Amino acid sequence: MNYFPDEVIEHVFDFVTSHKDRNAISLVCKSWYKIERYSRQKVFIGNCYAINPERLLRRFPCLKSLTLKGKPHFADFNLVPHEWGGFVLPWIEALARSRVGLEELRLKRMVVTDESLELLSRSFVNFKSLVLVSCEGFTTDGLASIAANCRHLRDLDLQENEIDDHRGQWLSCFPDTCTTLVTLNFACLEGETNLVALERLVARSPNLKSLKLNRAVPLDALARLMVCAPQIVDLGVGSYENDPDSESYMKLKAAIKKCTSLRSLSGFLEAAPHCLSAFHPICHNLTSLNLSYAAEIHGSHLIKLIQHCKKLQRLWILDSIGDKGLEVVASTCKDLQELRVFPSDLLGGGNTAVTEEGLVAISAGCPKLHSILYFCQQMTNAALVTVAKNCPNFIRFRLCILEPNKPDHVTSQPLDEGFGAIVKACKSLRRLSLSGLLTDQVFLYIGMYANQLEMLSIAFAGDTDKGMLYVLNGCKKMKKLEIRDSPFGDTALLADVSKYETMRSLWMSSCEVTLSGCKRLAQKAPWLNVEIINENDNNRMEENGHEGRQKVDKLYLYRTVVGTRMDAPPFVWIL
Amino acid sequence: MEKVGVYDELDNLKATELRLGLPGTEETVSCGKSNKRALPNNTEKEIESTGKTETASPPKAQIVGWPPVRSYRKNNIQTKKNESEGQGNYVKVSMDGAPYLRKIDLTMYKQYPELMKSLENMFKFSVGEYFEREGYKGSDFVPTYEDKDGDWMLVGDVPWEMFVSSCKRLRIMKGSEVKGLGCGV
Repeated sequence: MNYFPDEVIEHVFDFVTSHKDRNAISLVCKSWYKIERYSRQKVFIGNCYAINPERLLRRFPCLKSLTLKGKPHFADFNLVPHEWGGFVLPWIEALARSRVGLEELRLKRMVVTDESLELLSRSFVNFKSLVLVSCEGFTTDGLASIAANCRHLRDLDLQENEIDDHRGQWLSCFPDTCTTLVTLNFACLEGETNLVALERLVARSPNLKSLKLNRAVPLDALARLMVCAPQIVDLGVGSYENDPDSESYMKLKAAIKKCTSLRSLSGFLEAAPHCLSAFHPICHNLTSLNLSYAAEIHGSHLIKLIQHCKKLQRLWILDSIGDKGLEVVASTCKDLQELRVFPSDLLGGGNTAVTEEGLVAISAGCPKLHSILYFCQQMTNAALVTVAKNCPNFIRFRLCILEPNKPDHVTSQPLDEGFGAIVKACKSLRRLSLSGLLTDQVFLYIGMYANQLEMLSIAFAGDTDKGMLYVLNGCKKMKKLEIRDSPFGDTALLADVSKYETMRSLWMSSCEVTLSGCKRLAQKAPWLNVEIINENDNNRMEENGHEGRQKVDKLYLYRTVVGTRMDAPPFVWIL
Repeated sequence: MEKVGVYDELDNLKATELRLGLPGTEETVSCGKSNKRALPNNTEKEIESTGKTETASPPKAQIVGWPPVRSYRKNNIQTKKNESEGQGNYVKVSMDGAPYLRKIDLTMYKQYPELMKSLENMFKFSVGEYFEREGYKGSDFVPTYEDKDGDWMLVGDVPWEMFVSSCKRLRIMKGSEVKGLGCGV
């Protein structure tokens, strides 16, 4: 290959798109490193504090697409204070200064302000695609800037963000000349929507493929929108309150029949379930169905809908579907690859939830299943062993038994053997979340068998430091390890400091690690940022003396090439 | 609690510690800290006895960040539950000529007659008799409502449940405008 001119090699590299592969290419030799960096257009940064924008741009000056992730995963569950960090503004400022031709920005768990959105919208002439997932800190005013200033906007995709809705006219800020939209997702906005502006926007967007509406878009508007956009592939229905006798409903039924390209359906934030039958004519084309926010859709209406969806590959649902409902899924959806079953009752009533029977049924009926997230009331080792036998192809296996420390409900044993069977059978397993009563034994199995495991989530599990050590020593590909409320301490933390250089991050909260242990770690590994998050005002954590033995409430450490971050709030100590 | 021998001296410290508690009583261990069996025992009893409750305060001991569901999702499911558990459906009621509006909770009534009586009492008027074809006869006042589509409808035409779910506000019309709704003179 070295005898080819650079342009030829570069052309070959164009076919290599995955980040992992491109990273590997860049390590082959100096000349490949150089060619690769000048031709790299898409960069993924899993931890925004691992590197800074200046170094990023020095290496990849032709950057067009950037993905950034900010807060650690457990921030999703309120374990990380809001002001912890993950601010995107410095990144946008640096990118703007460098005049790089940014076209796509994807952010996850970052703090985004209206100021950053405004700057983004004005700085990059060819900006096309903005995807924000679980972000916060901005309002509809920021969206208005994006709408008004990004002349070639293709995607505006807002997924589960906390957005302050000023009920302004952001939708009418799209100029009449804007006809390039392909994705428009504003389902997470709480306020009223300018329906006229929305309809006109959809009508002048012939390339629109994905449209996800918020709750404020009523049925008659939905009907009109679908008439304007029969080419739609991905639809998020906002409000589905309707009267089966109304003219709007008739119009909607007729419009749906024409949407022959529809493959993905979601939303139903408010729904009259008996009118779901309007969608039956297109169900046989659906590959993705997300009803996890549709609390009012259950029972026979839900079952009837699912029975029409024979080609489903992805299903997100609430546990109100029950084991019987999952059996219907198992017998209908033979192509199912990904299933997520969310809890519908978070206050612990637990009456219509699913059990191990539903999981076993799915594993038996859906041989292509590779990703599962399953919230349930109870589990048994026997069920997990069966699931492992039925589905050895799991890539992601996340089981959440709602009650912490709950044993096998038949034998009262820990669930070590069940999870052990999963890791032993599923040789491609990359992500695993554990729950229920678990001893150090399960970690022995994980260390022994989970060779491809990259992300592991542990809660209320294990007996001694040995548990954590089995994982750190055994899982060679571990990238993200997150642990809460488990008795792992300094011995495990400090056993192999160099391990953390091979990982993206480690989170430990309510464990047994002490302040002095963390300090020792920070000393041994200057290339790590060791952060202690200490929210208590009464300042139990003193820097010196006996208090070094104090247990650390929240520890978050990550490798970085740019040292201590400067934007940490006062309650975050970086050792 | 402590696993390593180094902490023995802490045990001795404890013995000589001055505390306000009675001698022989131990500190309570906070949930999820050093106990590997994280929950206090009474939680299981609570789960069995509560079953399906609709109280505002949750029956279970609340562990921060558990179950691991995104806050966005938690917030959305919660609002749904509140709405479906019927925390009242208040609509504004206006009467032509009255100086100010009132508000009533439609979920307080089971059928039209009850609603009518309440309105009559509130505004001191009489609504006359309802006929399916001719509307309200025998009075200058006619109860109307605005539905979800923004149209003004005569109260009483649709089944009660449908009315309650589609009614956004009420207006008691009076006098000459009344004729337009097809009421017999």
